Amino acid sequence: MSKIHVTTKVNGDAVEFLADPRETLLDCLRDHVGLTGSKEGCGTGDCGACSVTLDGTLVCSCLVLGVEAEGRDIATIEGMSDGHDLHPLQRKFIEHAALQCGFCTPGILVAAKALLEENPDPTEEEVRYWLAGNLCRCTGYDKIVRAVLDAAAEMRKEAA
Amino acid sequence: MAKDEFNEFKLVGTRPDRPDGLDKVTGRARYGADISAPGMLWGAVVRSPHAHARIVRIDTSRAEALDGVKAVVTRADFPEGLTGEDWNLQENTMAGERALYDGHAVAAVAATSKLIAEDAARLVEVEYEILPHVTDVDDAIRPDAPVIREGAADATVPEGSPPNVARYMEFGFGDVDAGFAEADLVMEKTYKTEATHQGYIEPHACLGQLGEDGKGDMWVCTQGQWFIRKMCTAVLGLETAQLRVTPSEIGGGFGGKTTIFMEPLSLALSRKAGGRPVKIVMSRSEVLRATGPTASASMDVKIGMKKDGAITAARAEFRMQGGAFPGAPVDMALYCAFAGYKLSAVQHIGYDVLANRPKCAAYRAPGSPMGAFAVESLVDEMCRELALDPIEVRQKNAVKTGDKASYGPKFGSIGLVEVLDAVKDHPNLAAPLGPNQGRGVAAGYWFNHNGETSVSMAISEDGTAQVSVGTPDIGGSRASIALMVAETLGISYDDVRVNVVETGALGVNEPTHGSRATFATGKAAVEATGHAIREMCRRAAREWGIDEEAVEWADGAAQPAGPNAGKFPPMTIKEIAGKMGGTGGPISGHHESVPDGVGASFGAHVVDIEVDPETGRVTILRYLVVQDAGRAIHPSYVEGQYQGGAAQGIGWALNEEYIYDDMGRLQNPIFLDYRVPVASDLPMIDTVIVEVPNPGHPYGVRGVGETGITPPLPAIANAIEAATGARLRDLPMNPPKVLAAIKAVKA
Repeated sequence: MSKIHVTTKVNGDAVEFLADPRETLLDCLRDHVGLTGSKEGCGTGDCGACSVTLDGTLVCSCLVLGVEAEGRDIATIEGMSDGHDLHPLQRKFIEHAALQCGFCTPGILVAAKALLEENPDPTEEEVRYWLAGNLCRCTGYDKIVRAVLDAAAEMRKEAA
Repeated sequence: MAKDEFNEFKLVGTRPDRPDGLDKVTGRARYGADISAPGMLWGAVVRSPHAHARIVRIDTSRAEALDGVKAVVTRADFPEGLTGEDWNLQENTMAGERALYDGHAVAAVAATSKLIAEDAARLVEVEYEILPHVTDVDDAIRPDAPVIREGAADATVPEGSPPNVARYMEFGFGDVDAGFAEADLVMEKTYKTEATHQGYIEPHACLGQLGEDGKGDMWVCTQGQWFIRKMCTAVLGLETAQLRVTPSEIGGGFGGKTTIFMEPLSLALSRKAGGRPVKIVMSRSEVLRATGPTASASMDVKIGMKKDGAITAARAEFRMQGGAFPGAPVDMALYCAFAGYKLSAVQHIGYDVLANRPKCAAYRAPGSPMGAFAVESLVDEMCRELALDPIEVRQKNAVKTGDKASYGPKFGSIGLVEVLDAVKDHPNLAAPLGPNQGRGVAAGYWFNHNGETSVSMAISEDGTAQVSVGTPDIGGSRASIALMVAETLGISYDDVRVNVVETGALGVNEPTHGSRATFATGKAAVEATGHAIREMCRRAAREWGIDEEAVEWADGAAQPAGPNAGKFPPMTIKEIAGKMGGTGGPISGHHESVPDGVGASFGAHVVDIEVDPETGRVTILRYLVVQDAGRAIHPSYVEGQYQGGAAQGIGWALNEEYIYDDMGRLQNPIFLDYRVPVASDLPMIDTVIVEVPNPGHPYGVRGVGETGITPPLPAIANAIEAATGARLRDLPMNPPKVLAAIKAVKA
């Protein structure tokens, strides 16, 4: 199958790659663009480890074809911190020990960031339902939920 | 002796940021699938769609003819003549004469891209002759069951046993019959647990390279790089030291990454492809179909109890299947089953049974959750019958330090009584319960483990320290080891770097398993640090011109030991390190041993649930984990182990199971259908860290990883009965089963 030339933007940078039409956006990010922060845990959109945003919308990049990235704007975990300045979610995840193995962490951070952009003051229940598509097998979610709530509180304080 | 008896800690017990935190929140951390190599090929595995089938013929010619395919391997590419567990591992890596379960590997290909490899795998033609199969443990132990493997029984199996019994065990002490006769109430029930998967989010992945000269390299996500090395080389007939294995960051393991699956295939493919490196990354369905689930169990338990709750005798007969190979953790299940109870008469019988399922691997406290489900459920049923408080009954029968354990040995220092006292005092027990709500209590046990351990540490020129360890960091062990080394040296936490190293850098290490990393690697790291400290004291003594015995180490510096040693200002680690090149060269320390002094860990959980009477769905309202850590080096990661173990146990209790159709094919090999708990399924999980220091560890560590998965299974069953009056003795307690049980009670 001949490959298709894709021009897209990843974390603000112009990116080009050749995609087999069967390859997912996740495959393309990992194997062609060299950004391995997004993970494949299931390949069926059930675990959320591959979460990225596509034109600002939270998606499982394993359910998007690489060729669909043409002309779009993609944000991944690698673009979450501003240079040396971690996003408050990233800081709070470390501070609250909200990761153990860390494999689900990139996807959860991307998903949580999308939550806080939509809802800066979520309840515990809202955090739990928003993150229900991101599996974590290590933590039991307790410290993850606390870290998200704490980051949200800090971001609201900064915004005020 | 534990240092806490005479020392205040500066660092142990604090909660600094983990050293690998930044890499793991930025996507920089490199896991199994995150590495590529020049000239790399991709591998794909051909798997049996049948539960049990003779492999009549494999035709690889069409796959080999596909453009981009560089190698195809079958069992014919592996050496013959292996025996015992080596043969089991080889047979599981690649089927020989028969495919033994749905998902069993039968061939593998390597090609220039992942898609070509997958296409080529589909072009491998395998002709099967389907054989009768069996997947349920009670069916597999029948005398007329399909035979998984002739001659699989070892010497322990009595003559005339059913053909799939591979191991048999019987042990105990005391007069069980007299004990039952003495009881006011004797109950005997049968309980079943279904197999579950460890469910780590990172699928198995490796990048292997092997030349014709027998020298190889591997990058792999694993709990234990030396186990990978030993098993891969055994299966392929290579010299162990010629394979160098580097562990990636690991995306969860829970026991399932302590063995090999497709790793030898990458090496076999690489050798056949002229030594080009081969990367294999499993899909989720491959993980569920073909990697280590835990065993399923069918268990009879009988207990005798006096009216006051005193247990007079106990008996357990457990039947467990661990797939098509021996190794179901029936022994451990039996050892743990009654471990919390001081008994004068107990009998255990166990059967390890073969079935057409994937070869089981360790899963967090292997065996213990099953045994606890049976025993802790029955104890609760008896408390209910006798109108006794389930916590008080456990307190009354609780084992204490020095007691003879139900499985034979004498307990060293243990903290079950302290755990139960802390449960009793917890405010969750006073929370009011509404209609359809119930509370359940259960205890759990894990031995903890030491294992072969080799650690090396060195002082750097600026007085900072590096520690090389062989146990991959799954849940914060770099942090705990850095805390202990920094505490011992008297330097800051940030001045210690802990590196998880490859097999070429240290002697043999067992994996991060058995809750051993913080105990065994930690103890070895403290010992190794002690060597370096003694050397630094020697260097100071030489410079001061006094006996080295007259120098002691305190607050990060060599100091004269007492007024008779002479008057010298402390010589700091920075001073000593800065001139070590001129005072005798590098300063380092190492330690190799199987560290003694393992401390067992007891825990107890309390769960409040609500049952929807219309659907049978169980909602967890409140959850409490109380467990003895010995000493929490980094309390956040101890809590994390408690919470994570509880969540896995909750999944096992309520949702997770291996579902086979009547052809023996796994029906739920994706996360949509193999449903692990998600964030909205759980409440916050409350924890209490009980600290009864382990005298066998310099900082009192016991190991905390495993006990926590054990109590949820029975605790939730106990809570469901409290809420509904219905007793469920068959996992998982999913909505249809709970609903049926409620209806049966009402009928």
